[in-house]
Amino acid sequence: MNALFKIGSRQEPWEGFTQGEWTTKVDVRGFIQANYTPYAGDGSFLAAPTARTTALWAKMQELLKQEQKKGVLDVSVDRPSSILAHDAGYIDQANEIIVGLQTDAPLKRAIMPNGGLRMVEGGLEAFGFKSDPAVSEIWTKYRKDHNSGVFDVYSPEIMKARKSAILTGLPDAYGRGRIIGDYRRVALYGIDALRAFKKQEFHELDNVEFTESVIRQREEISEQFRALDELKQMAAKYGCDIGRPAANAREAVQWTYLAYLAAVKEQNGAAMSIGRISTFLDIYIERDLAAGLLDEAQAQELMDDLVIKLRIVRFLRTPEYDQLFSGDPTWVTESIGGVGEDGRSLVTKNSFRVLHTLYNLGPAPEPNLTVLWSEKLPQGFKEFCAKTSIDTCSVQYENDDLMRPLWGDDYGIACCVSAMRIGKQMQFFGARANLAKTLLYAINGGRDELTGEQIGPEFAPISGDVLEYDEVVGKFLPMMEWLSGVYMKSLNAIHYMHDKYAYERIEMALHDRDILRTMACGIAGLSVVADSLSAMRYARVSVIRDERGLATDFAIDGDFPTYGNNDDRVDAIATWVVETFMGYLKGQRTYRDAVPTMSVLTITSNVVYGKKTGNTPDGRKTGQPFAPGANPMHGRDHKGALASMASVCKLPYDCSQDGISYTFTIVPSALGPTEGERVANLAAMLDGYFASNGHHVNVNVFDRETLLHAMDHPELYPQLTIRVSGYAVNFIKLTREQQLDVINRTFHASH
Amino acid sequence: MRRAAPAPAGVAAVAAGLEGWVHSTETFGTADGPGVRYVLFLSGCPLRCLYCHNPDTWHRQDGTLTPVEDVLADIASYRGFIRQRGGVTLSGGEPLVQARFCKAILHGCKAMGLHTALDTSGYLGSLADSELLADVDLVLLDIKAASGRLFHKLTGVEIAPTIQFAEDLAAINKAVWLRYVLVPGLTDNMNEIASLATFAAGLGNVERVDVLPFHKLGEHKWRDLGLDYRLESVQPPSQEQLEQARETFRASGLLAC
Repeated sequence: MNALFKIGSRQEPWEGFTQGEWTTKVDVRGFIQANYTPYAGDGSFLAAPTARTTALWAKMQELLKQEQKKGVLDVSVDRPSSILAHDAGYIDQANEIIVGLQTDAPLKRAIMPNGGLRMVEGGLEAFGFKSDPAVSEIWTKYRKDHNSGVFDVYSPEIMKARKSAILTGLPDAYGRGRIIGDYRRVALYGIDALRAFKKQEFHELDNVEFTESVIRQREEISEQFRALDELKQMAAKYGCDIGRPAANAREAVQWTYLAYLAAVKEQNGAAMSIGRISTFLDIYIERDLAAGLLDEAQAQELMDDLVIKLRIVRFLRTPEYDQLFSGDPTWVTESIGGVGEDGRSLVTKNSFRVLHTLYNLGPAPEPNLTVLWSEKLPQGFKEFCAKTSIDTCSVQYENDDLMRPLWGDDYGIACCVSAMRIGKQMQFFGARANLAKTLLYAINGGRDELTGEQIGPEFAPISGDVLEYDEVVGKFLPMMEWLSGVYMKSLNAIHYMHDKYAYERIEMALHDRDILRTMACGIAGLSVVADSLSAMRYARVSVIRDERGLATDFAIDGDFPTYGNNDDRVDAIATWVVETFMGYLKGQRTYRDAVPTMSVLTITSNVVYGKKTGNTPDGRKTGQPFAPGANPMHGRDHKGALASMASVCKLPYDCSQDGISYTFTIVPSALGPTEGERVANLAAMLDGYFASNGHHVNVNVFDRETLLHAMDHPELYPQLTIRVSGYAVNFIKLTREQQLDVINRTFHASH
Repeated sequence: MRRAAPAPAGVAAVAAGLEGWVHSTETFGTADGPGVRYVLFLSGCPLRCLYCHNPDTWHRQDGTLTPVEDVLADIASYRGFIRQRGGVTLSGGEPLVQARFCKAILHGCKAMGLHTALDTSGYLGSLADSELLADVDLVLLDIKAASGRLFHKLTGVEIAPTIQFAEDLAAINKAVWLRYVLVPGLTDNMNEIASLATFAAGLGNVERVDVLPFHKLGEHKWRDLGLDYRLESVQPPSQEQLEQARETFRASGLLAC
């Protein structure tokens, strides 16, 4: 620790806090509710970055530039990462307020072979690094990884479904992520108390029958207990005694971050969200401000420094992975705002500060700043968010009024749209199933439209020359049912093996013992399916077959309503698809009795899905990208932004509780003539969208020309950030195909 | 526009069986009145403005014959978005070509508690009776030119009915936003703009003047329709030209944007 931040420490870390049940059991929510200070004002109190912050960030940007050139700056090849594998590392030790890196140097990536040695070796090779033979030997001869475990049990049918890309992105070769440790617990209670709580939970199971599940749980708790101790030792390397609770604001930020850091040292998870920390931290900041130990500039500096650290979380991944989820995303999702069950807004000054980092440090994709929107949020905050969106395109919004009844008022968003009660719930991430391809399988009797191979069950294909809606639906239903079965079998295998070989010890140590698990399935191609079925019903779709007898193309005669125009004729079909597939998923047995849920979210995989899917009856051609998430197909929504939103809003959240993602792009002039009107109009639009039951929206405000220019001159746009489905990304880090996909999408412009 | 949702208050308020020609809708309009607006473009227009960017709305049959209940049911489905700030704007074409249809829609919108705007050239202002105007919160009055001669050259019709309508609106103190399209070489004579500004300021009910830049985004529509576009060589005005025109309006005490 350096001498930069001399804050007086308290003898009693909880001094000044309102006591309650939270003092005798782990109850972060109780602490927040008893102690936070809602803020209903605007952003005028915010402070600019200090010279120190600006200098530190400039230093970091230099490294980021080098990384952008090389793809991966450096890798710690010789040591599989763990909480304690590396010594302390710094960007600039004398000038850091919040410390801690994943390895011993910034942007130096760790290897995590427990998830899959292949991922490690593939990643190293792709970026020009050599694997360490000792590591390869250990993980082939002596130690098995998650990836090998899964492939030991996969069935031929799963293998075929995977290869044909009717199932894609399954976390069978990489860490599943989407688990949020309650990192705040470390700041509030300190490691020593948390270990004592864990010990108690363990011994409560001493005198019960030792069934397989009890034994597994006891072993997991032992692992968690050990991981907490390692976290404490890791913190000591940085000069922090986190055995005790944090006694001031800087410590609260530091302790919380160190807990998160332990998680990203050990898990290369697809999404490593940080949870919902801003309002929690505000309590400590307010206490220090009141005591004169901190001023606003220093408070902002704490958040700026934390965010610098969150921006440089890195994982070593393979090019195949990057094709699916482009731009090196880590989904350090922070959920901001929302409203409490008692009706008080959870917006604090620190909700503003965390968003303000986008000004102090410039726009960036990480952390994935997610505003939990409610009609009841203070207007000042709504407008500040809208302005931040317009200026930075780095914010996503989710419907707190829709989620609070299900998940309470202390949930966080994992990854993009997945809500979970923090420390009380986790999910088994399940990527997604390609429903557009499933529809083609229904038409072709289970044969793949590209390879001709029999993948699905062998039904009689459609033999007529014209697609009759009822006949196709009659075959689509059993095909979806079949798919839901294969899908669930593969997810059960994946999560069994992940628990066995790559268990998230530290993240789960920051959960209660008895938690809710969800099995988070997903779908891609919703708008393609809805429009295809609409074409069959309202126009005339003739089948064109190739020499193999496969329906490989379609001729459409006549007009048909398309999803995205607030037209119930087709929107009802989209809703029906969501309800029906969810119904089939519910019928499946799940590993650890997880509750099946579903998302309509593609992230950037809509491009890959499109590549691997043939011509569809809606007129989409082979290889053309799907629309992302729950978006209408581009160019087919012609009644303006609200009609497009209204269609999305009809999708039922109760059948898609893992989230419904919508990405909205508008040119600045279409949002209103002046800056003030743009801010007010965007805030009103968000109010309307969420009041209409929309679940999630990414907001982008820019001109197509900007993107075209950035494609050709990436060096001029190092921080150009755009929101894609569920996360934000540096535009220049996308593949060219993905850049084109973004550019070709609907930009809402004035009439 | 076929929705099975329960009929909103506005729908019940109108006569059944009335239909009108609808060209298209823009559900997120921010350029035609305050806030976020549902803009209904009605087809049919007696003017033939040289710079028209919607020549595909000149004839009524360019649109789709739509029952007023359907229009209102569609509008109702966006109430959550447009009731706070914003509302509904009837545009076109020239909406007053279908004055009865407009009246029914406006009445339905008011019954739903929505702010209403009528975007009109004023040429058919005599068709807007007091009942219709009672349901209009704001008139967006497009005055194409300040002098009768230029007006006729630009639009093919006389200026007198528009001036009369402006005065009628002033007499009942109806809120008006004046809209003026600045076309370099045609409507950029500052003396003419100044005399329009004096006239507008004298009315007393003009809350704001929107000086809109001529643009060529509609040019392709002329070609698609086999029409001769006569402003091919005209370029959009510069920011300075726009600002100069706004300043001229401001000089008469008007708010110009």
